[in-house]
Amino acid sequence: MSPENTEHTTASKPRVGLFATCLVDLFRPQVGFAAIKLIEASGCCVEVPENQTCCGQPAYNSGDRSDAAAIAKQVIAIFEDYDYVVVPSGSCAAMIARHYPELFDDAYWARRAMALSAKTYELTAFLYDVMGVRDVEAAFAGNVTYHDACSGLRELNVRDQPRELLKTVDGLAFTELKDADVCCGFGGTFCVKYPEISNAIVTKKTAAIAGSEADTLVAGDLGCLMNMAGKLQREGKHVHARHVAEVLAGMADSPAIGEAE
Amino acid sequence: MSAPFLSQAFKENAVDALANVELQRALGHVERGFIQKRQKAVDALPEFDALRHEARAIKDHTLSHLDLYLEAFEGKARQAGAEVHWAETAADAREAVLSICRRVGAKTVTKGKSMISEEIGLNAFLEKSEIKPIETDLGEYIIQLRGEPPSHIIAPAVHVNRDQVEADFRRVHTHLDPKRDLADPVSLLSEARATLRDMFLAADVGITGANFLVAETGSSVIVTNEGNGDLTQILPRVHIVLASIEKVVPTLEDVSTLLRVLARSATGQELSVYTTFSTGRRRPGDEDGPEETHVILLDNGRSEMLANEFREMLRCIRCGACMNHCPIYHAIGGHAYGATYVGPMGAVLAPGLFGLENTANLPNASTFCGRCESVCPVEIPLPKLMRHWREREYERHLKPAAERNGLRIWAFLARRPKLYRLATRIGLKALHPFGRRRGRFSSLPLAGGWTGHRDMPAPAKTSFIDQWKARS
Ligand code: SF4
Repeated sequence: MSPENTEHTTASKPRVGLFATCLVDLFRPQVGFAAIKLIEASGCCVEVPENQTCCGQPAYNSGDRSDAAAIAKQVIAIFEDYDYVVVPSGSCAAMIARHYPELFDDAYWARRAMALSAKTYELTAFLYDVMGVRDVEAAFAGNVTYHDACSGLRELNVRDQPRELLKTVDGLAFTELKDADVCCGFGGTFCVKYPEISNAIVTKKTAAIAGSEADTLVAGDLGCLMNMAGKLQREGKHVHARHVAEVLAGMADSPAIGEAE
Repeated sequence: MSAPFLSQAFKENAVDALANVELQRALGHVERGFIQKRQKAVDALPEFDALRHEARAIKDHTLSHLDLYLEAFEGKARQAGAEVHWAETAADAREAVLSICRRVGAKTVTKGKSMISEEIGLNAFLEKSEIKPIETDLGEYIIQLRGEPPSHIIAPAVHVNRDQVEADFRRVHTHLDPKRDLADPVSLLSEARATLRDMFLAADVGITGANFLVAETGSSVIVTNEGNGDLTQILPRVHIVLASIEKVVPTLEDVSTLLRVLARSATGQELSVYTTFSTGRRRPGDEDGPEETHVILLDNGRSEMLANEFREMLRCIRCGACMNHCPIYHAIGGHAYGATYVGPMGAVLAPGLFGLENTANLPNASTFCGRCESVCPVEIPLPKLMRHWREREYERHLKPAAERNGLRIWAFLARRPKLYRLATRIGLKALHPFGRRRGRFSSLPLAGGWTGHRDMPAPAKTSFIDQWKARS
């Protein structure tokens, strides 16, 4: 960890609100705990407001603006008093940081949305860009490849941060994934509305993953990971899938996504 | 009544396309070829991003004064001896073409590549009126022989492979020796050239599209790689330019900026092989050129887009980069979209031109991966505009009931944190015992869309929030 950040006293430490995301909450709690560990180690104190639900993306991307706006207001009210809001997902972070401000026509809510947007970050970008973290204290024995989930990459410029941090994990070998920046075919409700197309896209992705040297696939978005892990498992390809936070926090000893205890 | 190609069976078309081996092979070339060529061209020009901003600014400026620039164009074009026709609808444009053809007694018309012609369904309409349209762009010629619409806006026959072209040529060019050798792609090209040469000379009217219209000079500009467009507009006695209203830009200088991003984004070329400016009709003393020039300016829904949330779409310069980079297009190709315009640009444009009720799948069939927007030379926020169509669809209750209801229940819960907690607790409790042993499901009731193709990771026993609360 960068020394200047570990010397904060509790009083002067930035207060971070963790927005866990609905998928982490329901499918992979260890990602939430890994995120907390990483944010605390970077020199912040973390709180997890218990009345959080979802960022509203399913409504927003289905054209239901009024529900999206209602959910956004709820998130804004819950999180606006923190110094930062950190999200272990590029797409949910982008929803708050890029799209909330577009949801409101009235100046009052638009202003509150802008203010929240300005302090909301995807986890690895927060660690690297805001807290100046340049290495993590973790070990992982394995060959890891990284998939760039689309929203994080193209809406928030999350690209180098996770790679740089992963490379500082003891024992970890990093392999660049072919076409890492190409969509995995998840797309939220897209994958169930157009299952055949989604399947064709994820099939290309799992071929690229299986064709790499890696035994572990990591990414920063649980939705994409569940899609790729589910396809790898259906195809009998033995690559484990984990959220980047688990590996960076040294908490990758539990079963990988979709694997038995 | 003639109409452009329109199919509403998007989902079925997509499934067919995925099973079509020859199509899939052709799409592999799009996925690699176009992307690599563009990337190379972009890497070689450090100011490419600055040029994109400039290109966007030119189009934005023009769109905010579109009426003025169109009037200026009309004035200059008339001065140069062209006749300008305003067509509000596709039918108006077809009628305008027909009445010119009838007046000059045309039997055959040659055509340069024109997406507007596809948009208004011109070929079928002319044929019905006993006028023979002949496509002179090689790709357009091939799909005309096959009776297909284009599957890509700059490479209309990208879905067709060499063997299919050979078979089509043998089927149609029956005046040639059936034993001729067509194994070499070059021999196909020369056969097409030779066949088309006679057609150029026989044509009474030549129809081209326009990549740009220039307000300061009244010129129309086309870019091609085959030179067929030049012959189409120079050889026949009458030249008709078919263009939509957003093609106008203020100056020649603006055209040169747009050309720099257009060719690079489309094919990775610095410039297309032929860039042709034509202004008015043949003047006394000119050695060639048409005796009559007409410019048909088509609206067909664009004025409406100019005034609503889809205005940014009118910046489009039809380079095709968005579809070249689209994972959906790579998977299913162009025909599955069932509309003249395909890929991300089609998903935004087609509902505006042909009606949302006829094209509702198009803006929905996107993962919003955003790669299209990241390569668009005029920075059109394509995912955002697709989302706007979804919003209209939602407002107009066009969404399937199951999807709408599912969304409603979920949103109802998401807005009530206590209830949401309770409901998810019950859900996790119910599901966990079934998924625990393998850590995943290979089939799940109501989740067939997911588990038909992939396993579903089992949910946690206790949610993160509940676990966190228990600890602190
Ligand atoms: S939307 Fe942009 S990328 Fe797509 S064809 Fe138009 S200009 Fe090209």
